[in-house]
Amino acid sequence: MAPEKPLAVTSLTLSHFRSHKIARIRVDERPVAIFGANGAGKTNILEALSMLSPGRGLRRASASDMARRPDPIGWQLTADVLSGGAAHEIRTWSENGAARQVRIDDKQASQVALGQIVRVLWLIPSMDRLWIEGAEGRRRFLDRAVLSFVPGHAQIVLDYEKAMRERNRLLKDMVRDPHWYMALERQMAEAGALIHRNRRDTLLKLDAAQQDGTTRFPAAALDLTQSEGSMPESVKDLAEAIAESRFRDMAAGRTLVGPHRTDLHAVYAEKGIEAKDCSTGEQKALLVSLILANGRALSRQIGAPPILLLDEIAAHLDADRRAALYDEICALGTQAWMTGTGAELFDELGSRAQHLHVSETTGVSLQDPA
Amino acid sequence: MSSTSDIDSLIELMARLPGLGPRSARRAVLHLIRKRGQLLTPLAGAMQQVADTARECLNCGNVGTSDICDICDSEKRATGELCIVEDVADLWAMERSQVFRGRYHVLGGTLSALDAVGPEELRIPRLLDRVETEGITEVILALNATVDGMTTAHYIADQLGERVRITSLAQGVPIGGELDYLDDGTISAAMRARKAL
Repeated sequence: MAPEKPLAVTSLTLSHFRSHKIARIRVDERPVAIFGANGAGKTNILEALSMLSPGRGLRRASASDMARRPDPIGWQLTADVLSGGAAHEIRTWSENGAARQVRIDDKQASQVALGQIVRVLWLIPSMDRLWIEGAEGRRRFLDRAVLSFVPGHAQIVLDYEKAMRERNRLLKDMVRDPHWYMALERQMAEAGALIHRNRRDTLLKLDAAQQDGTTRFPAAALDLTQSEGSMPESVKDLAEAIAESRFRDMAAGRTLVGPHRTDLHAVYAEKGIEAKDCSTGEQKALLVSLILANGRALSRQIGAPPILLLDEIAAHLDADRRAALYDEICALGTQAWMTGTGAELFDELGSRAQHLHVSETTGVSLQDPA
Repeated sequence: MSSTSDIDSLIELMARLPGLGPRSARRAVLHLIRKRGQLLTPLAGAMQQVADTARECLNCGNVGTSDICDICDSEKRATGELCIVEDVADLWAMERSQVFRGRYHVLGGTLSALDAVGPEELRIPRLLDRVETEGITEVILALNATVDGMTTAHYIADQLGERVRITSLAQGVPIGGELDYLDDGTISAAMRARKAL
């Protein structure tokens, strides 16, 4: 069912971005299936779309790494976006490796402002190991979900991390000025408590959306855990906990208490098996389930599901689950951008999606409707 | 050859100014040369004069041409209110508004462990002295709403304790601003600071 006020990219131009010297894509609000040989630049298109939201994109690359080789003069992305019933033009670019700039509707804007317009979630192959690798990746995955509901979450996380880096420097330099610590810890506590609350609220929304939806993907029971102890909920309690940990932190040379020590714990609800112990296919299915639940919850909140970027989505999904995923994407009304090497991987979508063939010829990428 | 080199040097120096790049510096220098009598010569004289006389106020850190600036020297500004700002540009901005008639204290930056700027690098010890000796009744923290600005504000407030009334500038919807364009944090701050009409 198409949302009343869809969120969709209707045109995207990549200039000197990764493998693309110049690539222009015009699409409508339907899902987009991108296929082509390895190295054609399919994932680069998804990365370009991910740069329409705050942060470093789905590869977490630096601005200089995104420039086309061997002429790394800089890169530029321009997109027309439908959001909240209005059309916006977004332009983001980086020159000579400098920090990327953003203009929205031809006005200078912050990256955080992008989050107000484009809500985007992604699944990429490196996330297949999300449940078995370190907590940082799971926190990032969760914060991306939070960001889709609370665009201001990005700034809160930045503020928290900035205050923590300052405090960590004091710890390393063995500074003993309690007033300086208290000033930083107060800010960490204010931001940290908000981060924790936003994460908890997001888990509740995801949980509710998983219960409500009719889906062929397994539900995940989610919880937040700390690497040690429990996370203080209030600003006052968190400030006290960080202050109490000061001497221990000085020995460690870093802050040991706070939302940066939170982990996202998941259990395959029906089987009662922890996500990290599930099969590779089940782990992928749990991730897909969460992404779809996120889409349903956000659709309920703002009237439109987020844009989904699903790189090599067919990997680890059998034909039945793949067809089920396509059905759910279409039912959700999301503009999902999916990649795969072969056109046949998207046959089940038929005319419900737009099919783009990507190839690279003498540095110029061409997109032809299949 | 020598004159070209002088002009190049001037362009290079101008390009180091805030807001100017090599291209705008070239345009500015060319403009100055064309307006030698009306602009270049008086500008050079004024710059030499400022270079000879400009100094920081020993009391507050403002920039002036004497050891004690006009604001610190004026008895009319001894209202008991002391406004703390990060740098002189902030002080000038406050003065332009003509809304504050007390005195200032320019910190010269904000606390930042990462940039090796501590309380001693700022004028915080001098600030504590002033509060004791100048009969200050209210300290107004007019610092930027950044992490470093807020850290500095908390630090100063903590140092001053109960000795004096401490206030900070309100945060919220700017005059002429539209809610639709504000970020969540600003709207949230504006809601918390709402007032009766």
